[in-house]
Amino acid sequence: MDDQQKARIAQQFIEAIPHSRALGMEMVEISAGIATMKLAYDARFVGDPKTGVLAGGVVTALLDTCAGASVMAHPEVGAATATLDLRIDYMRAAEPERDLYAQAECYRVTRSVAFVRAIAYTDDKDRPVAAANGAFTVMSSAKGRSS
Amino acid sequence: MNRGKPEPVQVIKQRRDAALEKLTASIPYLSYLDIRFERMGDELTARLPFDEKLIGNPALPALHGGVTGSFLEITAVIELTWSTLWDRMEGGGPEAAAIEAGEFPPLPKTIDFTIDYLRSGLPRDAYARARVNRSGRRYASVHVEAWQDNRSRLFAQATGHFLMPQPDG
Repeated sequence: MDDQQKARIAQQFIEAIPHSRALGMEMVEISAGIATMKLAYDARFVGDPKTGVLAGGVVTALLDTCAGASVMAHPEVGAATATLDLRIDYMRAAEPERDLYAQAECYRVTRSVAFVRAIAYTDDKDRPVAAANGAFTVMSSAKGRSS
Repeated sequence: MNRGKPEPVQVIKQRRDAALEKLTASIPYLSYLDIRFERMGDELTARLPFDEKLIGNPALPALHGGVTGSFLEITAVIELTWSTLWDRMEGGGPEAAAIEAGEFPPLPKTIDFTIDYLRSGLPRDAYARARVNRSGRRYASVHVEAWQDNRSRLFAQATGHFLMPQPDG
């Protein structure tokens, strides 16, 4: 299986997740160890009614999904993964009415753990809404590395 | 402090439950996830009723990590807000009247939130309780734990730091 096929399988898997579908998440781009996803603004997902800003939990959900997608699309990781730990730093509020994006990179994979960094942003990638660091489980190697 | 005849229990309960109801009903995402809060005195327990749309891994099946994270964060924010409202609500006067009318101060803003996924979330109801470890004028630190069948077997926990609403805006 080449990297492109693996990314496609990861995309199909992510797009089939009931909660991701419920929130309307879309895969924008996916390749070996890197994923970009989008979540359209929706008034149901607001966390602060006074400002119309999306709930922190929505940002968390998108970052977690996108990070998981980058792990699944990594050539050295098997088809399944689970989040071990996720830290999110909120730099600023997401602008109301704007679509939210997340970009994740699985930058290191060991035999048991995949490490990911990710950002969430609306219009300007250089002014992120949030940044995340996560550790994910690694089940087996798609490339058949011996354990 | 009024040291006269204590208020009837129904009056106290009604006031506290109405304030909690107004606070939680004001947050759309909380309603979307159908999270409810049960109150015993000042202690809150959040409940997340299971629903198919909360699934993140259909093969297991397991709750979505984002759902678990959201649930923990919402519980932390509500607990923190509730703990700051409590004294005002119980103190009487114009502050208590404002809370009763549903005029809440702005919600605290999350600075950072670290989620520890201990085991996969099962397809059933989940519960969470938060503890405010430090609440200053500007910053607060909150720890929150979530479980399902057994209170002592947590499936996730988190610690977050929050920026408190400032009186001068």
